[in-house]
Amino acid sequence: MPVRTTGGTGPVATTRPAPQETDETAGNETARPVADKGTSPDDARHLNSPLLLTLLLLTAVMLQDPIRGALSAPVMQSWMTVFVAVMVQALPFLVLGVLLSAAIAVFVPPSFFARALPKRPALAVPVASVAGVVLPGCECASVPVAGALVRRGVTPAAALAFLLSAPAINPIVLTATAVAFPGNPEMVLARFVASLLVACVMGWLWHRLGRTDWLRPPDRPSYEGRGRGAAFWGSVRHDVMHAGGFLVVGAMAAATLKAVVPEEWLRVAAGHPVLSVLALAVLAVLLSICSEADAFVAASLTQFSLTARLTFLVVGPMIDLKLFAMQAGTFGRAFALRFAPATFALAVVVSALTGMVLL
Amino acid sequence: MNRLAQTALLFLLGATLLHAGLTDLYLRYVKAGLRPLVLLAGVVLIMTAAATLWYERRHAPARQHHHHEPRISWLLALPVLALILVAPPALGSYSAAHTGTALTKPFGFPDLPAGEPLRLGVADYAGRAVYDDGRSLRDRELKITGFVTLDRSGAPYLVRMGLNCCAADAQPVKIALTGNVPPVLSPDTWLEITGRYTPRRTKDPVNDGPIPYLDVTRARPVPAPADPYDETWNN
Repeated sequence: MPVRTTGGTGPVATTRPAPQETDETAGNETARPVADKGTSPDDARHLNSPLLLTLLLLTAVMLQDPIRGALSAPVMQSWMTVFVAVMVQALPFLVLGVLLSAAIAVFVPPSFFARALPKRPALAVPVASVAGVVLPGCECASVPVAGALVRRGVTPAAALAFLLSAPAINPIVLTATAVAFPGNPEMVLARFVASLLVACVMGWLWHRLGRTDWLRPPDRPSYEGRGRGAAFWGSVRHDVMHAGGFLVVGAMAAATLKAVVPEEWLRVAAGHPVLSVLALAVLAVLLSICSEADAFVAASLTQFSLTARLTFLVVGPMIDLKLFAMQAGTFGRAFALRFAPATFALAVVVSALTGMVLL
Repeated sequence: MNRLAQTALLFLLGATLLHAGLTDLYLRYVKAGLRPLVLLAGVVLIMTAAATLWYERRHAPARQHHHHEPRISWLLALPVLALILVAPPALGSYSAAHTGTALTKPFGFPDLPAGEPLRLGVADYAGRAVYDDGRSLRDRELKITGFVTLDRSGAPYLVRMGLNCCAADAQPVKIALTGNVPPVLSPDTWLEITGRYTPRRTKDPVNDGPIPYLDVTRARPVPAPADPYDETWNN
């Protein structure tokens, strides 16, 4: 059977790189190897990926001593530890988010969201922002869920407001903030208010200025005509492979900055009121700390003002290196390149203003 | 990356997480409370691999789309390799020397148990010494365990890293050592120090945070604890 797709998908989707080896898993389809050789001239250029994976693993095992030797410098070890730590910490939350997103995609009919959210996008945005309270996790979970909401017909403005608010205002994160700032309970309120404001304003901004062609989620396999089980697990597999790859990029960037940037630089910025806010905003982006833990890090940055630390807490869950990578993977690069800087600027301004009023 | 390679990678990733969660390996990277989630994620990833294989076999004839995930998915092999081949150690003296002490004022100072010597955590000692002027520590023989860090001038500190979520947010609490300090100290050695409170203090060169001194009477090398991070402070 030829494997050409029926739709207008690109040529990549038509290749079948492993005619012989995958025959076993491909079931009783004996005609494929012959048909493949005839219909897919790309095969020669496409390296068989299971074979490549095996080679990669074997080579790594073979070379493990030189690899370990190269990684024994303290700075490399510290890099590796932080990288692995971010992955081990974020993967469970990513998996939870992916399961939830698959459940939304398969078991919740689009009509549910049409009924649950107000018809007018301007009203749906604040409702979706407040609904972020119910997703108890960190930012890795909210990206796939927001992606599933968009595909389920939720207006993008509302889904994006949910994406921004969920990691910052859920009970776990707010409790952690209260514990980290025992002497400043107003910090919890300030974080809640500022995060909610940024999420709403970004949602409205998107509604006014956003263009649908910026939002280009990558091509997804269609599960039409398949059972719910196949659709569910297919969605889980797809999301883990996608978002997981981008998570690795983000984790590497965060580990590099954690290992390379000396903390002394922060002392210079701490004295200046404007510079300190900007410095902690940039630090929040670079460090990419899980939103459930960032309050404790903020609490330890005692040389900075409360407003600067509030900025750290508002910016971090909304935009950081790993989130940017994951957003680019879920919604497309054109989207992430516009959305991330706007979110950053707005989050800095709103938290500075909130800090002035509340702290 | 085609489905078969994805299946293999998902399985490896899940198995790696299970391996880390079932041994003490995960404690080098994340807090102990995350264990159920790590194990659950490992199981779900393996189930995903199994389900992919299962549906691939069942639905092969009806399949229309051959969806290749982008090349970026290959990067998921990196954490697998890092955990299986290298298994990097818990954060130690390098990060401790480059990060300022994260000592914050404790909520209160509960009474310490009677009996000598008194076992204390690094953060507990530092908190009482700095914010309670060592009131509860005077005239008591103390036993504190941590690892050695040297600053740029070679001055020794006893350090324990504190953890809130994962090693990316780990922060040290430091105690400076004085008195009968062993002449040769190599960084990252775990020591059980017996000593006494001294009112002397210094400032961390990294962030000007307060660091109390401890007057050492004896220092004994000990193996690293199963959980290298201190998870009791500010949690």
